[in-house]
Amino acid sequence: MHKEAVIREPLILGNDVTYSKISDDVLHTIEHAPTKTWKILMTIASIIALWGVCCILYLIGTGIGVWGLNNTVGWAWDITNFVWWVGIGHAGTLISAVLLLFRQKWRMAINRPAEAMTIFAVFMAGTFPMIHMGRIWMAYWVLPLPNQFGSLWVNFNSPLLWDVFAISTYMSVSLVFWYIGLIPDFATIRDRAKTPVSKLMYSLLSFGWTGNAKAWQRFEEVSLVLAGLATPLVFSVHSIVSMDFATSVIPGWHTTIFPPYFVAGAVFSGFAMVQTLMLIVRKAMHLEQYVTIKHIEYMNIVIIVTGSIVGVAYLTELFMSYYSGVEYESYAFINRFSGPYAWAYWTMMTCNVVSPHLFWFKKLRTNLGFTFFMSIIVNIGMWFERFVIIVTSVHRDYLPSSWSMFYPTWVDIGVYIGTIGIFSVFYLLFLKYFPVLAFNEVKSILKSSGERYKNMSDEDFKKLHPVKKIN
Amino acid sequence: MSDKKIYAIYDDDYVLLESAKHLVAKGVYIRDVFSPFPVHGLDPVIGLKRTRIAIAAFIYGMIGVSLALTGMWFFMIKDWPLNVGGKPNFSIFTNLPSFIPITFEFGVLCAAHGMAITYLLRNWTLPGFKSRNPYPRTTDDRFVMEIHTHDNEVSEEEIKSLINETCVLEIDVKNS
Repeated sequence: MHKEAVIREPLILGNDVTYSKISDDVLHTIEHAPTKTWKILMTIASIIALWGVCCILYLIGTGIGVWGLNNTVGWAWDITNFVWWVGIGHAGTLISAVLLLFRQKWRMAINRPAEAMTIFAVFMAGTFPMIHMGRIWMAYWVLPLPNQFGSLWVNFNSPLLWDVFAISTYMSVSLVFWYIGLIPDFATIRDRAKTPVSKLMYSLLSFGWTGNAKAWQRFEEVSLVLAGLATPLVFSVHSIVSMDFATSVIPGWHTTIFPPYFVAGAVFSGFAMVQTLMLIVRKAMHLEQYVTIKHIEYMNIVIIVTGSIVGVAYLTELFMSYYSGVEYESYAFINRFSGPYAWAYWTMMTCNVVSPHLFWFKKLRTNLGFTFFMSIIVNIGMWFERFVIIVTSVHRDYLPSSWSMFYPTWVDIGVYIGTIGIFSVFYLLFLKYFPVLAFNEVKSILKSSGERYKNMSDEDFKKLHPVKKIN
Repeated sequence: MSDKKIYAIYDDDYVLLESAKHLVAKGVYIRDVFSPFPVHGLDPVIGLKRTRIAIAAFIYGMIGVSLALTGMWFFMIKDWPLNVGGKPNFSIFTNLPSFIPITFEFGVLCAAHGMAITYLLRNWTLPGFKSRNPYPRTTDDRFVMEIHTHDNEVSEEEIKSLINETCVLEIDVKNS
């Protein structure tokens, strides 16, 4: 019997936890009628989502002139939102893949909701380049298809095309990874279902999962190999997103530090979003026994580490712009921290570089209210990071007569708020109809990391689980 | 003699694993085990060989990599050597650095999806399929061994008495 070191804190709290109690607790929301809170939240989210859809339709119908873009600032909120959402979408696969490879057991309680967040966030991110095309019905032109213009293919040397491949691969592989994990859990719901409708629905969703020994063996192998594939994928995707900027010759963008800097930023913002969602979910769905303070603390530690990497990257960038001796490069950064967008730069610096270091205090990083507040701060800070990189680098170009500012219109704001609404609708549906925790995986760590078993002596364990009958 | 399936139902993975070791030591062949989560250490006990699905994934990945490279060679070098900013595409080798990202992404895409499809087909799990677990609770908190009388030389009664030596919850016999 594998036992974990006693000094490791238990990951499943409570002395009454059994295998069936784990199923009961996690499936409570699925097996009961939706609560009033859920209905209210769903209504609000639907209204915002509908508003977002209307804004997008208006945008497509009229043209992207309804955004506040101008000749100088051709990329603004749309790409900011795109990178922000993709960044958020990085924590899910990181938690499920990287932490699986490192055999971190605490990932079991948070991988499912984090992966759901990833998929919905990447979906939201994908919306922005699509609607930015203007003529969205031409979106299939990004694919290398034979066409009527001679044999003109898409440009495989361009990072924008790499991005098409990266984002679509990332989204579909994350979806597969998530769903393969969901199948056994759907099977549990199917076998417990009482009404014919839910029985039918979950039979279809569970693909007829049986749970025999060979299937579980394959399941573990597939999870491991998918984790191995997804880990470099996570890093490559955000590196490629950063190359959209880094390979262009705009001062402020043309730097080799971008790929690692963007990846760290993505993990940083992704974990912040996981915190925001998990703190609400564990409270609302009474999952405090499975998503413990220790889990929250571990995630806050990841936030300190990635926040520090981001901080070092900001300062390196600043130093290099001075040390390079390139006039335009230096000006881009002087303009960032003292120009008309200095307020955005200093918001970014405060939220991303200064505030995560408050988590060095154990009291603060184990405080739920403070963690929630910080997660919002980091989300805001990371949005501003992308805004600062994108808008302040282009709003003052080589020709002072064409310098300008960017002012968002109501459509800019509407589409952004709308995607948050659409995301929330998906997430609320996920919370109601899907198993929120990977509870069958949580069962498998009950003996090694459950509070009850950790405090048990070997004799007590043998008494509780006798193998042979005493005659 | 008709083949009979004997089901030994346990309520704990550790007890099942130890019981399986006991039965196998006595020469009983266990056909299958149904459990709500993977029971670690069980595969060698009941004689399951390691799955080769990872090898399949590697092959799918290599297919993806070669497809991507062949495709990009055709699109960018052979069919239409795109000339952007006076930087034409001469050969696959001079252009390789900018082909790496898509080669990698496409390799991962093919490996992951190929493996997922193989996994679903080998497990025989697809939308609309019927599940074959003997009791609904095996996906919740029951751990069940399936033993066929045909696979064993000892009689049904003997198998049952051997199972009864372990802390089994219930023994069930079904005709197949």
